[in-house]
Formats: sequence, structure tokens, C-alpha cells
Amino acid sequence: MSAIIISAIWGVVMMFGGVFLKKSSSPKYWAIAGIIILLIANVMEFFGWQFFNIDTHGMVRFDNFTLVFNTVAFACTLLYFLLNGRDIEKVGNGNNISEYFALIFFVLCGVAISSSFKTLLMLFLGIEIMSIPLYILTGSDKRNLKSNEASLKYFLMGAFSTGIMLMGIAFIYGGNNLASFYIDNLQLGNGTLPVMVGAGLVMLVVSMSFKVSAAPFHFWTPDVYDGAPTVFTSFMATIVKVAGFIAFIRLFQSSFGVIQSQWQGLIVIITAATLLIGNLTAVFQQSVKRMLAYSSIAQAGFMMLALFALNDTAKEGLILYAAAYSLASIGLFAILARMQDYTIEGFNGLGQRQPVLAITATVFLLSLTGIPLTAGFTAKFYMLLAAVKNGHQLWLVIFAVLCAAISAYYYFKIIQAIYFKEPTENINHQIDVNRRFEWLLIIVAGLIVLLGVLPGLLVDWLYY
Amino acid sequence: MLGKYITFPELLLWFPLVTGVLAFTIKDAKKVKAWALFSSLMTLIISIISLCYTDGSKYLYYNNVSYKWMPYLGSSFSIGLDGMGRMLTFLTALSFPLILLGTYKREYKNANAFYGLMLLSQCGLMGVFVAMDALVFYFFWELALIPVYFLCSRWGGEKRIPATFKFFIYTFVSSLLMLVGIIYIYLQSPPTITSDHSFAIQAFYKTALLPKEQGWLFCLFFVAFAVKMPVFPFHTWQPDTYEQSPAPATMVLSGIMVKMGVFAVIRWVLPVLPEGTLKFENIVIVLSVAGMLYASCIAIVQDDLKRIVAYSSIAHIGLMSAAIFALNATALQGVMIQMLNHGINIIGLWIVIDLIEKQLGIRKLSQLGGIAQKAPALSIFFVIIVLANMALPLTNAFIGEFAMFAGLYQYNSWYVVFASISVILVAVYSLNMVQKVFYGSTNSITELVQDISIREKVTLAVIVLFIFILGIYPKPVFQLTEDTVSAILTKFGK
Repeated sequence: MSAIIISAIWGVVMMFGGVFLKKSSSPKYWAIAGIIILLIANVMEFFGWQFFNIDTHGMVRFDNFTLVFNTVAFACTLLYFLLNGRDIEKVGNGNNISEYFALIFFVLCGVAISSSFKTLLMLFLGIEIMSIPLYILTGSDKRNLKSNEASLKYFLMGAFSTGIMLMGIAFIYGGNNLASFYIDNLQLGNGTLPVMVGAGLVMLVVSMSFKVSAAPFHFWTPDVYDGAPTVFTSFMATIVKVAGFIAFIRLFQSSFGVIQSQWQGLIVIITAATLLIGNLTAVFQQSVKRMLAYSSIAQAGFMMLALFALNDTAKEGLILYAAAYSLASIGLFAILARMQDYTIEGFNGLGQRQPVLAITATVFLLSLTGIPLTAGFTAKFYMLLAAVKNGHQLWLVIFAVLCAAISAYYYFKIIQAIYFKEPTENINHQIDVNRRFEWLLIIVAGLIVLLGVLPGLLVDWLYY
Repeated sequence: MLGKYITFPELLLWFPLVTGVLAFTIKDAKKVKAWALFSSLMTLIISIISLCYTDGSKYLYYNNVSYKWMPYLGSSFSIGLDGMGRMLTFLTALSFPLILLGTYKREYKNANAFYGLMLLSQCGLMGVFVAMDALVFYFFWELALIPVYFLCSRWGGEKRIPATFKFFIYTFVSSLLMLVGIIYIYLQSPPTITSDHSFAIQAFYKTALLPKEQGWLFCLFFVAFAVKMPVFPFHTWQPDTYEQSPAPATMVLSGIMVKMGVFAVIRWVLPVLPEGTLKFENIVIVLSVAGMLYASCIAIVQDDLKRIVAYSSIAHIGLMSAAIFALNATALQGVMIQMLNHGINIIGLWIVIDLIEKQLGIRKLSQLGGIAQKAPALSIFFVIIVLANMALPLTNAFIGEFAMFAGLYQYNSWYVVFASISVILVAVYSLNMVQKVFYGSTNSITELVQDISIREKVTLAVIVLFIFILGIYPKPVFQLTEDTVSAILTKFGK
């Protein structure tokens, strides 16, 4: 509960701060302070100390799963602020800095709601609160046409999918006269599904797939991720996307879990398509930023396996995946944001020029590939375990690992550029880094390795 | 202290890891080289001590250990040594000092990273051989690959990046398939106290799987191991990678890493999937024998020394893989001893080739000749190692190959007929190689060859010593691996 309230309040505070804080660097520190408060409040709530006790009539519920995920999300945001604070200040000529931070806090509010909802209304609110600030952040580089285009595209497509979601919710509530408003209590039974509810379910799948950029609803992703300022791409592609998955699994496990056999086929198709399209198109990208956009689709395909499996292992896996994927991507995007050239050649010879950046980037890439000893492996392992446990459609699991092997191809292209290639002459290889940035990257890489060796450190909290 | 605080497998695993990480911090090229050599010698000493402890009462106590790792998943960090494990950890421990000594004169850029990665790869290999838990095994199986990949891609030849990447993708794909297999078996395994299922090797051995399941699980596992060995037709990465890798990495790859595949089949496939094995044994043997003939024929027409040895290695491994699936004590014992022999012999071959290449910068048969006149010591060592590679009586490989052929004969004599053709072919290309490199007249390049120094003489002498000792008195190795062999054969009711 405290996460929703504090993030909303802090968002407002930051927004007014834009008027009063004249020094351009101070919003960053306010934002970092805010996220730390948020994190502490969330952890305290986990241990049973609540700041706010508001009766929501069970519309939201903060269970262990929600709180652990929120902690992961806020911790990742903290690292994101620390790593990218200086780059956020540079977006759009350095005006409106505190508004950017304010918007990010609003997004976090949406993240907290969409990971704790218990009615479809709250789901809708959460998803919307999460999305609308992102439309603005995408277009925050006002003078850049690509950024504007991305923002408009994102807004139009997002509005469209929201419409579909609302329609789906209406069908589900309207078509099922037994339904209560609570998702645990939709009374779908085991028999045949009413047509309206079936249609509503498909619409929810479609709109949620859109939010998490699963194929074939992924077309906005590369353009938006590529067009948005890199720092915000980093945020969108990681914490927000993972929050979408948390909402997705929360909804489908509690409300539609009993009739899984009726919609599992749909999820199988979406998963397979996402894995295939994401991985295959990522192979052909020259720009690392665009490649990461496609690879985020590919990773979404792996996270879709959790929805396919829909068991406890899947939830554990999703939490791990959230942490592993967010940490690695935030780190990689932070390095990318400081580079002048976004092509793969831009990474040439990084190993000689910036050994610390090179080794940490390698850890991030290995984690994204899923090599043991990194969090990426344990996350993928949990997903595969969950999917095999489900017992159906074993071919999908084999298909997923083959796709993971394709992903090794494009991730390793960067590693090859870093270590095995010489710097290219006509490319500006300059990177502006300081000691603090390097240490932060080392911390992120360390966390990834730690979770890779001991995933229990995170997963155990689910059963605290 | 031993047994209570630390055990042999732990020592073998952590020692190279710690020294490897430390090696990264030593900036001076000479010092780091010496450090790596020191570390590998220490590992060898540990391994030799572990071989000396054969006393039955304390054997388990000293050689097995298990830590809580992921109790809720039923995975524990359990490592241990049985006969085969001790033999292969000994091979790993023995190879590294030989490799480092044999290539001591080589200078590598960023020496600290190079030797650090070498030691880390040793740690990964040890991990594969001591793992007693499927997940731990998988961890090390992949981890052993990463340092070697970096070694090959960074310090290799001109076409190193695509060649080693092919190698990486091959092994990565196949090991992911194995991971699916591991997960599937895990979910069928009996419950333990803390969890519903278990990754422990004993649980895997106890898991009852339907014959149909075993069939496709066998395919998933076998592809992973076949790529590593490599068995025809999964071998295409191998010649390119061997050719393009820096010499020490090639030695690690061919001397020890290919044994990972053989080892894994014996440890993780035969006892876990006996019915799957019986279903596919014929196909595998046919593939292996075909691969032997095919690789031997190709080796004859190669001009590059490294490629000849690479193809010869495919042929030898083909025999091992055929012998495993003959599934009798003679053949399996042959495979065991041959793993050790092949590792020693092929490292010897690579060392000689590297010495030639280092001095002359070429390794083409057509450009070499007459080296024996200028470097008699080198030639003598090389001829002995080549003869061992051909499995001449009195050399170590003879024992192994003889046992394997005998075992294969018990299974089906026709396979032996075809397999033994490759013995002739081995002699053809081996002798051809010796003749073209060492005899004949010198040319303008080979004029300049100098004989090897005392350090290299010692290295090669150690290898030759092993060749003869194991060739004349192989009994200790047979005794060492007896327990593993009989344990496996009981699974098949033999």
C-alpha cells in the first residue's frame, strides 16, 4: 500500500520541485532520496510495518509476490537512477528535469498498482498510470523527430490496446452474470465458456500482449525503443515491461487458471511467435540499441513461458527473470547511453580502452544469453523448469532453448566486438565515464553473479 | 583436516579457481607465467596425493562432499570422485603443467588474462569430472566452455572469430538441449526430504523412465556429448577450431575437453538411460565407425599438420564412442585407459607441432622437410609419440585400442572389420607426416631449425615416459577405473 501512496506523493513533490529547485542537479538527488524512501517503506511493509492502513475493499492486495516484485522493481529503479542520473539531466537540453523524475515516479505508482490489483478496474488503472507517463517520456527529446514519431506511435497504439482491454473487461463482467468484481471470484467454472467471456478473455490476452510487446503485437516496440531517448528506453524495456508480465500472470493465474486448457493454445502460439520473431530479427540489426529492442521482445518470449506454465515455479521464475533481465539491461543501456556510436562497431576494442566497462558489459551479455553463473541462467532455468513441469507441449520448451541459442549469436557479436576487434578509425569511440559509474556497474554485475549462484536469495522471500 | 574441512574434489576444484582469479591481477608477463605453472604443478601434486589414498575405509570420507545449495529444488552442491573421476582429474592435472611447459617460450599479449583463463578452464574441467549433481554438472559443463572460447577467440589465428564462434554455438545449442533433458528427468525423480524431486546423481540413477521417454531423452543428451567428443556427423566445428586456436587452448580442447563428452556419456547417459542406450547403440556404433573411416581418409589428404592431428583425433574418439556402446567390461576398460592415453599422446603431438610452428612459422607438410638432421632430439620424441598415436605394441595406446577392439568384437565382429581398416589408415597418414616433416632434404626454411631446449626435452620426456609405462604396465589404471565400469555394467545386468 505504501508503495502506491508514496510514489504518487513523491511524483507530485517532484513536479512542484521543478518550480522551486533552480539548480539543475538537485532533482536527481531528490529523486534518489524518494526511491530510497519508497524502497524502505516497501521492505518495511514486507516485514509487517505499514504506514498506511486504508480500506480498499480488497481492490488491491499486497501479498508476498507483489511486495517482492515491488522491491525488485524499486531496487532496479534506484540503480537506474544512480547509473543514469546524469544522462537524464541531458535529455531535451536539460529543461524539465524534475518533470522526468516525476513521471518516472508516476510510472512506479502504476507498477505498484498493476502488481497488486484484485479487480479488473485496478488492473486497468494500473496499466494506464504506467503507460501514460511513458508516452511523454518517449517524446521528451522535443527537438528530435524520431523521438516525436515514437511518442505518437506509442500513444496511438497504446490507446488502441487500452480500448481493447476495456472492451474485454466489459465483456467479462457483462457476459458472466455470476461474476463478482474480484478476479479470484469470476466463477468461470469448468464447463463451456460463455461466448462473451471467451471474447473478453481473448481481448485481454491481446491487450496485455501488446503491453509486454509479445508477437504479433510487438510492432511498436523497435520503433519506440529506438526513438525514445536511450535512458528512457532502458526504463521502459526493463521495469515497466516486467511489471506488465507480473500483471499478466497475476490476472491469468487467479482468474482464468481453472480454465487454462481453453486458452493455453493461444499462449503457446504467442510465445512461439514472440521467441521466433524477436530472435530472428535481432540477428540482423546493426544498431545495438535496436538490437536490444528486438532482444527485449525475445526475452519477453521467454517470460511468456511463465504464462504458459502458470505454476508456482513460474512465479518464482518470473521474479528471478525480472531481476536478472532488468539488471543486465539497465547496465547495458547505461553503457550504451554514454557512447557516441550505437552501432556494433562502436563497441570495437572496448576491452582495451575501458576494461571495467568491457568486463561488466560482458557479464550483462552473458546473463542475457543465459550462461551459468549469471542470473540470466537461473532465470531461464526456472522458466524451463516451470514449462516442463506443466507437462504439455514439450516441443515449446525445446523451441525456446533453440531460440535462446539464436540469441547467443547476436549477444556474442557484441562480446566479439569488445574483445576481439580493433577500434575502427572513422568512428567516435569516446566514452565519458568516471570511477563512480564504473563501481556502480561492478555492483550491478556482482548482483547478477550473486543471483546466478544463489537464486534462493531472492526466491526464498516469496515463502517468507 | 582432510575430510573434515576439505576434501580432494574441493581442492582440485577451488585451487585452480583461486589461483586463476589471482593470475588476472599479476601484470608482469613472466611472473604470471611462472605463477600459472606453479599453480598447475600444485594441482598435479594434489591429484597425485588423491590417487595414493586407496584405503577403503576413508575413501568416501575424503572424496565426497555435499553442500546445501538450492534445497527447495533438491539440488545440492555435491562433488565426489570415483575411479573414473580420479583418473580424469589426474589427466587434467597432469596436462596443464605439460601444456604450460611445452609452450613456455610463447609470449602472449595480455599474459595475465591468458593464463588466468587457462587456470579457470582447468577449474571448469575439474568441475565437470567431479560433479555428482546434474545441475552442478550442467553449470560446469557450460562454464568450462567460456574461458576456452575466450582463449581461442582472442589469441587464435587469423580466422579465429568465426571458427571458434561456430564451436561455441554448436556446444551451446547442444548443451541447452541436454538441459531440457535434465529438467525432464529431474521432474520424474523420486522425492527427497526437502523437495519433491532431486538433481542428485543417485536420484537420477533411481528414476524409472518409460522406454519411449528414454529414447528421446537419449537423443537430447547424446547430441550434447556427441558434439563435444565429437562424433561424426557433429564434428564439423573441430578441425577449424583446432587449427585457429592458440596452441595451449588446442591442447586443452583436444587433450581434455573431448574427454568430457566420453566421460559424460559413461556417467550420465548409460546408467540413467539404459533402455535408451540399448535402443540406439547400433546407430551410434555405426556412426562412430563411419566417422573413424571418414576422418582417417580426410587426414591422409590434409597438408596442414594441425588439421591432420585434428582429424586423427576424430578417428580415435570415434573408436572410443563405438567401444562405449559395445557395453562390455573389456571395451569400457579400454575406453577408460584410452581416455588417459589419448590425452597424453595428443598433447605430445601438439607440443611438437607448436615447437615447429614457433620456430619456422609454418606447419604445412609441403613446406617442411629434413628437420631430423637439424633437430634430432625433437624428431626422436615426435616419432615415439606418433608411434604411440598409431597404437604400436609397447606403447600406451596399444593397450587401450586392443581392449576396445576386443570388446567391440564381442559385440559384433563386423564392426571390428571396418574399424580396424582405420588402424591401417592411421599408419598411412602418421608415417607420411613423419616422413615429410622430419626426413628428406632440408629446404631454405627448415635449414634454420634448432633443436629443443632442456625444458622442452623434459616435457616431452615425461610424455614419452608415460607412453611406455602405461604401455608396459597398465594395471594400475585398470584397477583405478574398475569400480566405475562394474557399477555401470550392473545397470545392464552384465
